[in-house]
Amino acid sequence: MLLRLEPRAQASRGLRIAAPLIALALTLGSGTVLFGALGQNPILALHTFFIRPIDSLYGLSELAIKAAPLALCAVGLAIGFRGNVWNIGAEGQLTMGAICGGGLALAFYGVEGPWLLPLMVLAGGLGGMAWGAIPALLKTRFNANEILTSLMLTYVAIQLLGYLVHGPWRDPEGYNFPETRLFGEQALLPVLLDGTRLHGGVVLALIAVGLGWLLLSRSFTGFQIKVVGQAPAAAAYAGFSRGRVVWLSFLIGGGLAGIAGLGEVAGPMGQLNPTVSPGYGFAAIICAFLGRLHPFGVLLASLLLALLFLGGESLQMHLNLPLAITGVFQGLLLFFVLACDVFVRYRVRLGPAVASPAP
Amino acid sequence: MSPEVETLVAILVATLRAGTPLVFAALGELVTEKSGVLNLGIEGMMLIGAVAGFIATVLTGSPFAGVVFAMLAGTLVSLLFGVLTLTLLTNQVATGLALTIFGIGLSAFVGLGYIGTPIQGLQPLAVPLLGDIPVLGLLLFRHDPLVYLSLVLLAAVAWFLARTRAGLVLRAVGESHEAAHAIGYPVIAIRYLAVMFGGAMSGLAGAYLSLVYTPQWTENMTAGRGWIALALVVFATWRPARVLLGAYLFGGITIVGLHIQAAGFEASSHLLAMLPYLATILVLVLISRDANRIRLNAPAALGKPFHPDA
Repeated sequence: MLLRLEPRAQASRGLRIAAPLIALALTLGSGTVLFGALGQNPILALHTFFIRPIDSLYGLSELAIKAAPLALCAVGLAIGFRGNVWNIGAEGQLTMGAICGGGLALAFYGVEGPWLLPLMVLAGGLGGMAWGAIPALLKTRFNANEILTSLMLTYVAIQLLGYLVHGPWRDPEGYNFPETRLFGEQALLPVLLDGTRLHGGVVLALIAVGLGWLLLSRSFTGFQIKVVGQAPAAAAYAGFSRGRVVWLSFLIGGGLAGIAGLGEVAGPMGQLNPTVSPGYGFAAIICAFLGRLHPFGVLLASLLLALLFLGGESLQMHLNLPLAITGVFQGLLLFFVLACDVFVRYRVRLGPAVASPAP
Repeated sequence: MSPEVETLVAILVATLRAGTPLVFAALGELVTEKSGVLNLGIEGMMLIGAVAGFIATVLTGSPFAGVVFAMLAGTLVSLLFGVLTLTLLTNQVATGLALTIFGIGLSAFVGLGYIGTPIQGLQPLAVPLLGDIPVLGLLLFRHDPLVYLSLVLLAAVAWFLARTRAGLVLRAVGESHEAAHAIGYPVIAIRYLAVMFGGAMSGLAGAYLSLVYTPQWTENMTAGRGWIALALVVFATWRPARVLLGAYLFGGITIVGLHIQAAGFEASSHLLAMLPYLATILVLVLISRDANRIRLNAPAALGKPFHPDA
């Protein structure tokens, strides 16, 4: 073989940081080619995609609004992925959080008080948690693959939301549009900055990142999660329970995703409609890997993925390019992130294999 | 024919059609997994196949060209997965997810100009004489060519895995890549071929959706069928014949849901649309409950990366 991978004795520290940046550069490079192929001026297109959306205070606040649900979901996923628990149903858990929290806002419409919003956040978190508990139960009790069950439940949650907003929860004065009535004042997250839509959900996301870091880096439970993920045999020998890690991962991941969903309906949307999320729960998977499964890295990655969402909208608005470009960029980015990881763990050598020296 | 028989025949025929894309996709994944590779990107590869087949059909006017092109497109994106997981040794679960995210995005992007474009899809083909037998003719001999192809491929895969030397080698690679490597089999090359077969079959499954099942292109038209196909492989405990049973079971659940509504029962289309996903969960739970059965039937090296020097 011409190209050979030699395992490094120790993962390269410098490359650990550099790999996501290389991946980003490669994505940008592919983007340039893509825009060129579409007959656009690549510089103008890249500027419209990456700079123009955030060249104002309003733009930056929109970035934070989109990054908040991503970070909330991705921190939870990263904790699970560390423990080798593959929750890919954050989108569904987010939807259930939106349904439960939003349902509370509708139930108390007209009789609300300052107590309502905290209750909604709680309901959102619990709703997501409950939805996450199902794959955890099926995994620990029945050995059912959590990737498939959590994903199937995402489709179920989205259909449930569709049923509710088309049926029982539809706004009676809404001319038959599939959406609920607008929530009351007290059921909305406070706006933090006048003239923008920056809402309290951003604070919740920052708190989640901080707590996630404490859990993973500073607690014994976090240590157990990592050992169970990296060395299952050692974990079993030490008496760390795999089942407990599965439960923790899904409850934390589901709860945070649920809060993210509540943040959407009680934040920028102010009501429930059939598409609570443009795919935050799936994009969060990319954030988790791009952020190297570290809460602070996840926060940075969420900002970048948020920029991809905004950039897609900006391209559509200013250059009349399809919104679907965001999805292409997301996929490419994740591919490059995964591929660049190889340089962290292996040395790439050219030339035929040689017998490794005796130890 | 009495109206009851007519309805029943219609349900059965529709079940067959709803199950066929699942047969293709699950059969491809089964072979991939038998070689020890877990490709979670079926949904993405199906979408790429669906859009590629559709565009090729629009451009050439021939749905057969569409089918071929869909398989090529599926193979091509599966190669991307192969390079990443087999050559660059990336995590198979994460890479499969990436493939799905990429496939959803790319297909939506490429297919944008083709939403609502009408095409002449692949038409049913009546077998002469046999197709004219009442009831039985409708049930068995008046399908589109791909339904028959799915059955032929199923038999071929079953025979290949169980009865040929190459099939034995493929299974050996999936059970223990170290042993297969030590004997001198090219583990990576065999896995590449298995991954490509999975890609071609996913492309075919996608083409069935966009050229036969609903001859049109809509964003995300697979609606989770790629994931259901993955669950089917577990349900089938990695045996081809059971894939067929599972695929038709799921096809039937989808169709019965539609017929409940058509029969005038008050039922929300949203709630009925949950049925296949709930059924998938139920079936997974029932099959996986017996951990030993899974352990005995799953390829032992499934999902594990292979590095020849390590």
